[in-house]
Amino acid sequence: MKGVEKTVLKYIFKRLLFIVPTLLGGILIVFSIMNLTPGDPGRQILGMNAKQEQVDQLNHELGYDKPFFTRFGEYCIDLSHGDLGTSYRTRRPFTEELVSRIPNTLKIGLSAFVLSSIIGISLGILAAVRQYSLVDTFSSVTAILFASIPGFFLGMILIYVFGLKLGWLPTFGASSFKHFVMPVATLTVATSVSLLRLTRSTMLDAIRQDYIRTATAKGCSKNRIYWKHALKNAILPVITVMGMSAGTVMGGTVIIESVFAIPGMGTYMLTAIRAKDIPVVMSSTVLLSLAFCLIMILVDILCAIIDPRIRERSIG
Amino acid sequence: MNTIRKENDNQKEVLLSVEHLRVNFKTDKAILNAVEDVSFKVYRGETLGIVGESGCGKSITCMSIMKLIQGNNVIYEDGKICFEDVNTLSLSDKALQEIRGKEIAYIFQEPMTALNPLYTIGNQMSEALRLHVKISKKEALKQCAHYLEKVKIPNPNEVLMRYPFSLSGGMRQRVMIAMALITNSKLIIADEPTTALDVTIQAQILDLMKELQGEFGCSYIFITHDLGVISEVSDRVAVMYGGRIVECADTDTMFEKAKHPYTIGLIASRPHGEMVEDRLPVIPGNVPSLNNKPQGCPFHPRCEAVMDQCRKSFPEAITYAPGHTVACWQYIKE
Repeated sequence: MKGVEKTVLKYIFKRLLFIVPTLLGGILIVFSIMNLTPGDPGRQILGMNAKQEQVDQLNHELGYDKPFFTRFGEYCIDLSHGDLGTSYRTRRPFTEELVSRIPNTLKIGLSAFVLSSIIGISLGILAAVRQYSLVDTFSSVTAILFASIPGFFLGMILIYVFGLKLGWLPTFGASSFKHFVMPVATLTVATSVSLLRLTRSTMLDAIRQDYIRTATAKGCSKNRIYWKHALKNAILPVITVMGMSAGTVMGGTVIIESVFAIPGMGTYMLTAIRAKDIPVVMSSTVLLSLAFCLIMILVDILCAIIDPRIRERSIG
Repeated sequence: MNTIRKENDNQKEVLLSVEHLRVNFKTDKAILNAVEDVSFKVYRGETLGIVGESGCGKSITCMSIMKLIQGNNVIYEDGKICFEDVNTLSLSDKALQEIRGKEIAYIFQEPMTALNPLYTIGNQMSEALRLHVKISKKEALKQCAHYLEKVKIPNPNEVLMRYPFSLSGGMRQRVMIAMALITNSKLIIADEPTTALDVTIQAQILDLMKELQGEFGCSYIFITHDLGVISEVSDRVAVMYGGRIVECADTDTMFEKAKHPYTIGLIASRPHGEMVEDRLPVIPGNVPSLNNKPQGCPFHPRCEAVMDQCRKSFPEAITYAPGHTVACWQYIKE
């Protein structure tokens, strides 16, 4: 068994090592886009009416007048020291903003992720087990309905109904639990709907497999068939998509935060992109892609735990 | 005719009796009759072979015995399937669980997909045993290894730890067989159990199944299209065509004095020693599909001895000789 553990650790280490080139690639792409698009931070900060000399002066102070590759190299070197840079706009270090803003984003993102996983998967199983029943029809219809409504639009409807008309919930800010209800709900709906549809179809597919008939012929009860034999097979693609949906949730928070005016990483990133605040955009990108890479590794490990065929292929 | 049947019944105890079974599938467009008015008996300790081309309703008939057909579009009409005097068609799921795997076991024909890919062989085999017998996991695994050895699997203890994907088709098929045999069921339905195996293993497995029959007195229903296997293992043979049993007799009679034109064609179309021509004789035409079944006798479009009557209705089975029934208009005299 010790040998097995060693190969597993080796596999995980190898995967972690692969994050480095992935991140470097991501950084290069975003850095190039930020530099290739017209405009410069000096002009963005000082405004249209500022004199060109003042703009040049500011760009020089920010180090923006240096050549592209010098700046890219400097950024990477700083990053390797753990220095995430300083905002062009506010002149405050990125980490400072991060510490004050990330709790809001994490609260929304994590609760939406957990809630949508629970709701989506359990309703999906229920819909599959009781195919064509009322539960199934109802959840399928609502799923299609919500899947076709964009998140920001749903957010606006919620604000209109619960914020303006009923006055039950605050429409902006992040100072209390109540403030998070609508943003989380908006984000949860979109993600859980896709998980529901996927779980339903993979579960239905699993139930029709030959090994389910074998299990029935052995004398397994319905529950044993669903929970032991079908679910384990059905959950594999769901886990992969859950990893993806973690990415969707991260992207979704950006929109949701601006709809509900929540001071989180999303709003910070959006303003940074508009202001050409390159260090902030870059460091946010690095964090997001790092999180995404880690989640994907986790997904792969989970899949390997569940499926011996994947285990054999990836670890050997 | 009834008196003859009764005599037979007295000599041997009936384990399973299928009476006027009809299995229909409801689709959006129509109702398809997969099995029509099928009746047969299986006695204790005997082997009944069911022969027929693919799609003739063999598997559907046998899966109906344990109500294994999935989906809610299956309709069993007024037929009865009596296993030890219990009509399994009318049983609840709960009562069926007691019978499935314990009283009746099923060997499926799809070795590549019939095992759950995510559980070890040991897990799946011991599950079959532990669902019905109260023993410890360790004890169950020991038993599993014993049965794997019986179906000629080398290193059974190692195989128990492995997953289906790492076994060959033949190995998986043997695991399926061992899994069905392990509970010592009274009736074992074997659906093409040896089709995936090579000939030497096939012979060994058939011997093993016979040996277990001698030991425990179980009955087999052997579904196959391989007449060679049928002649080797079965005591009696039922021939199915188009969802109906067209002829039923003991094996020797069937091979020597078959009466139904379809059976005659089947037996003629298998390779044998004194072949003169290069080509095997064939029955012209194809098996009719479910949604396009001919009226009357389903075989009439392919039959050489077709009469007007055949196109109108399906003949009732008559007893041609004791224990030999045939459903063909040729043998019905006005």
